[in-house]
Amino acid sequence: MAEPRTLFDKVWDSHVVERLPDGTCILYIDRHLTHEVTSPQAFEGLRMAGRRVRRPDATIAVVDHNVPTSDRSKGIEEPESRLQVETLERNVAEFGVPYIPLLDARQGIVHIIGPELGISLPGFTIVCGDSHTSTHGALGALAFGIGTSEVEHVLATQTLLQKPAKNMLVRVDGTLGFGCTAKDIVLAIIGRIGTAGGTGHVIEYAGEAIRALDMAGRMTVCNMSIEAGARAGMIAPDETTFDYVRGRPYAPKAGAFEQAVAYWRTLPSDPGARYDRTVTLDAGAVAPMVTWGTSPEAVVPVTGTVPDPEGEPDEARRAQMRRMLDYMALTPGQRMQDVPVDVVFIGSCTNGRIEDIRAAATIARGRKVAPGVRALVVPGSGLVKQQAEEEGLDRVLTEAGFEWREAGCSMCLGMNPDKLTPGQRCASTSNRNFEGRQGPGGRTHLLSPAMAAAAAVTGRLADVRELA
Amino acid sequence: MDRFTTLTAIAAPLPLANVDTDKIIPARFLKTIKRTGLGVHLFDTLRYDESGAERPDFVLNQEPYRRAQILIAFENFGCGSSREHAPWALLDFGIRCVIAPDFADIFHNNCFKNGILPIRLPREVCEALMADARMGGNARLTVDLQRQVVVRPNGEEIRFEIDPFRRHLLLEGLDDIGQTLQHAPAIDGYEARQRSERAWVPAIGGV
Ligand code: SF4
Repeated sequence: MAEPRTLFDKVWDSHVVERLPDGTCILYIDRHLTHEVTSPQAFEGLRMAGRRVRRPDATIAVVDHNVPTSDRSKGIEEPESRLQVETLERNVAEFGVPYIPLLDARQGIVHIIGPELGISLPGFTIVCGDSHTSTHGALGALAFGIGTSEVEHVLATQTLLQKPAKNMLVRVDGTLGFGCTAKDIVLAIIGRIGTAGGTGHVIEYAGEAIRALDMAGRMTVCNMSIEAGARAGMIAPDETTFDYVRGRPYAPKAGAFEQAVAYWRTLPSDPGARYDRTVTLDAGAVAPMVTWGTSPEAVVPVTGTVPDPEGEPDEARRAQMRRMLDYMALTPGQRMQDVPVDVVFIGSCTNGRIEDIRAAATIARGRKVAPGVRALVVPGSGLVKQQAEEEGLDRVLTEAGFEWREAGCSMCLGMNPDKLTPGQRCASTSNRNFEGRQGPGGRTHLLSPAMAAAAAVTGRLADVRELA
Repeated sequence: MDRFTTLTAIAAPLPLANVDTDKIIPARFLKTIKRTGLGVHLFDTLRYDESGAERPDFVLNQEPYRRAQILIAFENFGCGSSREHAPWALLDFGIRCVIAPDFADIFHNNCFKNGILPIRLPREVCEALMADARMGGNARLTVDLQRQVVVRPNGEEIRFEIDPFRRHLLLEGLDDIGQTLQHAPAIDGYEARQRSERAWVPAIGGV
């Protein structure tokens, strides 16, 4: 009998082109997603070396990071952003890479459109010059972020030089309580294992609570694997996955789809497969979560209070906590629910899918955004936007006083005009609360879409369970 | 890529853990299509105040650390985004070596691709090296990649571990792509096998 293998082991093994003497592998890449920010220097490198793109038919390009989310008919005003977009357009034309332009209905955040269009599939190796490529692992793919040199490497060779990661199992048992979501699960996991907890590992999420999630929720969980330090996150493909993939524009059709499913059914980890580390969590004990600091691990239940650095025994950590509280302008012992917000951002590759917008609209329906609060809803893709409009969610949201915008990364990282101003406090459904992430001096609290909507209508970090 | 063999240089102490890539180079500076020129924005928010003036208390604004080529920090250095702009900014400033107890994976990888040597050493050792670095212009650290040692100003040698393949590439200043393309026949073979065994895999075309 062969050694029992994990999901990761199987996908890895089936993509090893060659194992070099020191254990480094040449790993074949099935899908390469590119965007305007991390690719210009890679294409430039190809050009200078006289190389070509080996597999344009396994590559797709889209603009997302610095595109405006307001009226786009007049093009991009900001000259540097425009240059990056134009550079990508020149590069895809020169190298024959399939491209979804800004004004195409399918344009959107690279990690939203990959699964949505059926470009990302189970059992694939998927890379992108962006750390949140881990999102696509929700399909049972091995998907991870790479730097620009590696983007160039994949463009030229359709492979990467990699060493196998270690296996980590995060098992979430039980059922989620009322008002709690995938976002709360992943924030609770990061709170538990810390932002370096997964370093060197690929995390496989399993257990009853993960199985019960729809694909959108699974993508939210895998998306934030990188915030736990992991190289990637994966979830074994099952009927939920196959139902999601079936009929997507670039997914296999008819007979090919059945062949694919037969193969995908072989991917889940074998009984007795070995993990280097296992962590378990009880979904029933997870409350709606919200971050208080400038690291995603600085997280508490919304019913909690701002922690006191003086209770932290490690000196370096204590100093870091003080710095975070200072930046966030919070005081130890303060109730999270009393913290007022200025801005609410609903969107990003973590929570910009139709399910997230539905969750926000459910809370917004019949309510009003609190006075003085600016609330933005930025769909993850043009198709998500269309779907929401068909369901009338845009009207529910705009009637409540939310801004309804075009698709893109937007205020997740503030490379486009959607930014916080210094000192502004934001309830955000994105994935990073680093200092200045959403604009210099901006203060970010990470939470779920329903929680963000609750913050918008109350003007503070409210417990969504009291509004639902 | 420049080769990395031995470096004797000023080291700057940055006694912070979880230095994320947004701290190394904030997103608003990623709108470049070049690799160079990012050094002035390295650690932008730590280095400059709101008006753009230098913060005198930040280490890289002080002599002799303006000329530092080695950086010493604490745990989980480089966490966050995959932006290679982080190592590009370090390199453009002049940093060729970062020493810390551990690094975030993607950043660690990106360093090697740009001729920066990331060295993992236990926290106590990092603290000792920071103490050395605080002696300023009187102290130089030597990093000898060939022998895999860091030499302290007092002559003490500290051994570090490094992946042999990466060490080789750094020592020779070799380009990964050229290396991989020597295996083109194996890649061709893999693709041929994939076409027959996984015939269901669709091509992306006609977007
Ligand atoms: S939405 Fe945010 S995290 Fe996701 S790809 Fe865009 S910038 Fe990165």
